[in-house]
Amino acid sequence: MREIYYSWALREAMAEEMERDPNVFILGEDIAEYGGAFKVTQGLAEKFGRERVRNTPISENTICGVGVGAAIVGMRPVVDIMFQDFITLAMDQIVNHAAKFHYMYGGQCRVPMVIRTPAGGGRCYGPTHSQSLEAWLMHVPGIKVVAPATAYDAKGLLKSAIRDDNPVFFVESKLLYGIKGEVPEPDAPDGDYTVPIGEAKVTREGAHLTLIAYSRMTGEAEKAADALRGSGIDCDVVDLRTLAPLDGDTVAASVEKTGRALVIAEDCKTAGVSAEVMARVSEECFDFLKAPVRRVAAADTPVPCADSLEKAALPDAQKIIDAAVALLQQYP
Amino acid sequence: MDLSPQELLPHLRMMLLIRRFEERLDELFASGLIKGTSHLYAGQEAVAVGLCSVLTHQDYITSTHRGHGHFLAKGGDAKALMAELFGKVTGPSKGRGGSQHVADYRVGFLGSNGITAGGLPIATGAALAIHLRQEKNCVISFFGEGGSNQGTFHESINMAAIWRLPILYVCENNLYAMSTRYDEAFATPTIAARAAGYGIPGEVVDGTDFFAVRAAGERAVQRARQGEGPTLLEMQTYRYYGHSKSDKREYRTREEEAEWQSRDCIEKLRLSMHFSDESLHALDAEVLHEVDEAVEFAMQSPEPAVEEWEDVVYA
Repeated sequence: MREIYYSWALREAMAEEMERDPNVFILGEDIAEYGGAFKVTQGLAEKFGRERVRNTPISENTICGVGVGAAIVGMRPVVDIMFQDFITLAMDQIVNHAAKFHYMYGGQCRVPMVIRTPAGGGRCYGPTHSQSLEAWLMHVPGIKVVAPATAYDAKGLLKSAIRDDNPVFFVESKLLYGIKGEVPEPDAPDGDYTVPIGEAKVTREGAHLTLIAYSRMTGEAEKAADALRGSGIDCDVVDLRTLAPLDGDTVAASVEKTGRALVIAEDCKTAGVSAEVMARVSEECFDFLKAPVRRVAAADTPVPCADSLEKAALPDAQKIIDAAVALLQQYP
Repeated sequence: MDLSPQELLPHLRMMLLIRRFEERLDELFASGLIKGTSHLYAGQEAVAVGLCSVLTHQDYITSTHRGHGHFLAKGGDAKALMAELFGKVTGPSKGRGGSQHVADYRVGFLGSNGITAGGLPIATGAALAIHLRQEKNCVISFFGEGGSNQGTFHESINMAAIWRLPILYVCENNLYAMSTRYDEAFATPTIAARAAGYGIPGEVVDGTDFFAVRAAGERAVQRARQGEGPTLLEMQTYRYYGHSKSDKREYRTREEEAEWQSRDCIEKLRLSMHFSDESLHALDAEVLHEVDEAVEFAMQSPEPAVEEWEDVVYA
């Protein structure tokens, strides 16, 4: 199978869905000829025209609201918000409109829109261009939150998100854009594959500890699991892939097997994604636990700019290894 | 443009229906039969009815927290609206939305909205959909003068102007954003003047004059349908009740209220039609009966069943 970049996989998903459905269009800042801040939409304007690959003024709240308005009358917009940090400017249209219309108008309308957002740190962009705010959206009923870790899942989940009749907040990792992964050729028998929203995936198997992660942290967890195997600690790695609705069954099945859970997330520790996952594990797996549920998450600080400070603030494979070893030593 | 008295009658009747509906609501809230809060449209009827009179059900509107008049004028059902206000499952939002969150997608009413100026981006998006599909329908976004100070006003009108979208931005300037008087929140005498900043036409309209509202609406709708882009209309009007049910109206005088009521939009339309007192009385009885029926329907309707949220939150 060929290997392509995560960013190319996303672009292929959009191109294929635009070919398949004339109602799909893309809306955002600098997405046409410029190709988006991270070149994810490069080439799409040339292929589909500037009507369907539409540059907007810098107006995040209205960009999202325009997506909602188009969606409720039958379109399938894919909204591109240049940095996830900028959803702070659009929270009204996302929280009070996109997420609520289907419910609050008695099911009369649907909001089939995707909001794509590059998240996370690791590139020394500093406090307002490096955040991971996905927990905010997990807290809002009515919107799905998806966070793929591989090129394969990025393509398959984005296609599912575009076809979904609900608003989907699509979390991309800036550091993953340049990572390659296996993705079938579009004209292969399985070329039009999708990855279902709401299903986690076990990517490593082991008996001693469950590492639960998503997006870029899945790769870090896998690196940690591979290293820990050498020290006699065998880990399950559960890649959540979707944060809302959360696949509690896959998480619980793994934790019931291993009896120990370490949750890894790039967002801030307090009230972050890890907090919700830990709460679910505590509620659902208490009788199986041999150790307290722990986490490796970002420090409760703004994401600093300097490389050294940023590395200190964010989780990585080594921090996961250290936490795993400490957990197993304390609760053998 | 010239409508015969026969053609004007349904518009007079609709204005009267909205007035009597809102008056009844005020009583129902006072008597505790309806919970929650409500923002009544009485006084502003010529705006919703005049503008909706130039639309079809294929055209869309978005509304505000003060949306009952828009809902009815666009063709929504009075019984269903009353049921929603009573929190009944027969309401358009099945009791989940209440006064500020009703919609009727069958007639192009995309929803009232509890967020001030929240509807402008939504309306702009519907207009973009029309543009992309190369259809000939259009959109009206209603908002108050208070809403015109939100960022979405600027962002939405700018976007629609760039893309020449088929949309009317209709500002109902009723002088008070809750208790805040116009001159406390605006440094310019009109909101319509802002249109120049977006390169689109702006017009101040006497919102108590059905004919002036309708004529301005016709011009702007024609522009929209011909692909000439958006128009900003400022409707100068007045709400007879307070902002919401708890408002004692201490920020304005009874004299000012009486002055506006002396230019009442329904009375003005009636006089211009040479509609007699007797005829109005008969029409009024008919409308009051319709309101009675709506209340009866709402009271007889079942409560919504408690929901399994997994089944209804997602589509």
